[in-house]
Amino acid sequence: MDPILEIRNLTKKFGGLTAVDDFNMHLSAGEVLGLLGDNGAGKSTVIKMISGVYPPTKGQIFFQGKEIKIQNPMDALNMGIETIYQDLALAENLNVYSNIFLGREKLKKYLGLFNILDHDYMLAESKTVLKGLDIEIPSLRNKIAMLSGGQRQAVAISRSIYWDAKLLIMDEPTAALGVAEQQKVLDLVRTLKTQNVPVIIISHQMHDVFSVADRLVVMRRGKKVGERIVKETNPDEVVGLIVGSVEG
Amino acid sequence: MDNGLTISDRDGTLNLLIRIGRNWAILFLLLEVGFFSLTGTGYFSLRNFQNILVASTTVMLLATGQTFVIITGGIDLSVGFIVGFSGVICAKTMVGLDAAGVPQFLSIPIGIAVALIFGFVPGLVNGLLVAKLRVPAFIATFGMYGVAYGVAEIISGNVPVHNLPPAVGFIGNGYLLYYLPGRSSLFRLPPNLSPEELKQVVGLIPNVVMIALLLILVFAFVLAKTRFGQHTYAIGGNMEAAKRAGINVSRHLIKIYMISSFFAASAGIIYVMKFVTGRADAGSARMLDAVSAVVIGGASLFGGTGSIVGTVIGALIVACLEIGLVNLAIPTFNLYIAVGAILIFAVLVDQFFPEITYKK
Repeated sequence: MDPILEIRNLTKKFGGLTAVDDFNMHLSAGEVLGLLGDNGAGKSTVIKMISGVYPPTKGQIFFQGKEIKIQNPMDALNMGIETIYQDLALAENLNVYSNIFLGREKLKKYLGLFNILDHDYMLAESKTVLKGLDIEIPSLRNKIAMLSGGQRQAVAISRSIYWDAKLLIMDEPTAALGVAEQQKVLDLVRTLKTQNVPVIIISHQMHDVFSVADRLVVMRRGKKVGERIVKETNPDEVVGLIVGSVEG
Repeated sequence: MDNGLTISDRDGTLNLLIRIGRNWAILFLLLEVGFFSLTGTGYFSLRNFQNILVASTTVMLLATGQTFVIITGGIDLSVGFIVGFSGVICAKTMVGLDAAGVPQFLSIPIGIAVALIFGFVPGLVNGLLVAKLRVPAFIATFGMYGVAYGVAEIISGNVPVHNLPPAVGFIGNGYLLYYLPGRSSLFRLPPNLSPEELKQVVGLIPNVVMIALLLILVFAFVLAKTRFGQHTYAIGGNMEAAKRAGINVSRHLIKIYMISSFFAASAGIIYVMKFVTGRADAGSARMLDAVSAVVIGGASLFGGTGSIVGTVIGALIVACLEIGLVNLAIPTFNLYIAVGAILIFAVLVDQFFPEITYKK
């Protein structure tokens, strides 16, 4: 199958520091890819280049068969590349549906003259998308500040799905969660897989990655040092790749 | 939870306390009006309440602009002197045109337009400093506070600008409606009044209050109902989230500081209309009142919350207090102590009981 995303020779330098060095990777529809590596290995920098936060110093990104240039986060969003950050990127002072529609609010005409927010529409659409993903949140009018970590994660994922994510990137999606909530988020990733949405998941939790990913890419010091099919490897070998005691 | 989408029941007592906490400003305002009505002379009267509204226009205007800034998590300390800056420009332009023989139906609107245009400049600079050059809002606008004052003094030549066209004061001190049973008229006194009738005419809705309320209503609508308003809240709640959601945060912030500057300029023009003079230090003392009004009105200095309705209530609290102290012949410098103390109290409430401002 043709890859949805293909990255060739991606490099990012911050002054004298090479954060990502000649990195290659690909991803197919409905595939869950685990991106692993120690702190500072360059995982976050890779996804920030894919999601438009940093421009690459060098290299090419192909998405749905075409080379793309992503200048800013809006470009990435418009192409269907949705990223869920470990610090969540939700506005805690706004309610659930306002966050799902943040930056892309649905408007309606008021007195035939002014564009105002269409709260009813945004509420109804948000209910539908949450229902489709089996997510329970008491009221979508509640501010994010009132929700648990898992619920917030679910809101962030729903937002991506609502906006028709062609690729979902998740940075440490379970890091701040309790055990039960971690399971819910991982279930959500499996749901996405059945809906054929490709997912890149960054995590330190080896167990999480092994339970949902199909394939693993391991980075060390900005370089790709190994790639494994999950079914054909084990956590010990992957830890070895991460710390450098096993050769790719 | 069988229906996942209903509002869950919460502890009733806590909810009640939170409701009281959130509405403490309106309760405080009512208590204040009640107190001064009982202790003062002629406080509870139409005339006095209109005076309170007139006295509060400057603070209401400054505070409305300030509300946008504070919701984004910033602060605009320059507004007090932008009042003087634009007021002096407004007055100088009118005086200059008047001296050159330009009729006042032209010189007045031109003066207002020039003051509004120049009034955007400090806001634009503040916005660029904060949004593009990452200068903390406190410092950028504090610097502008000094610059605006100095420039205003230079323009005015260090003396108040007088000799404005006569219609200025007529507009600035006029009323929308002059009420005399059977002989009411709009914008001007009914013609041919006897001295006896002149005493009985009641002016209703001062022009300056009407203009201020119109501006405030428009921007209350913008903040509460539009995408621009929603993005203002989002930036204050989580600036990174707003950026990642594709909102152009720098451009938005520049607009926010220009709105604040626009309101300060409007307040400056209204000052000129009301007092028929342009002074560089016209609004200097009002910055504390404006910030206080916003915070008393429920906005958090940490950003993300606030409303124009709250701000208007906050401004009324300050104005009722000011007029009340005058009414009781208490020296008005006590006002600064009271307003400063209320401001600190409001911030403490916000800091220690965040659920009051944060939860809906």
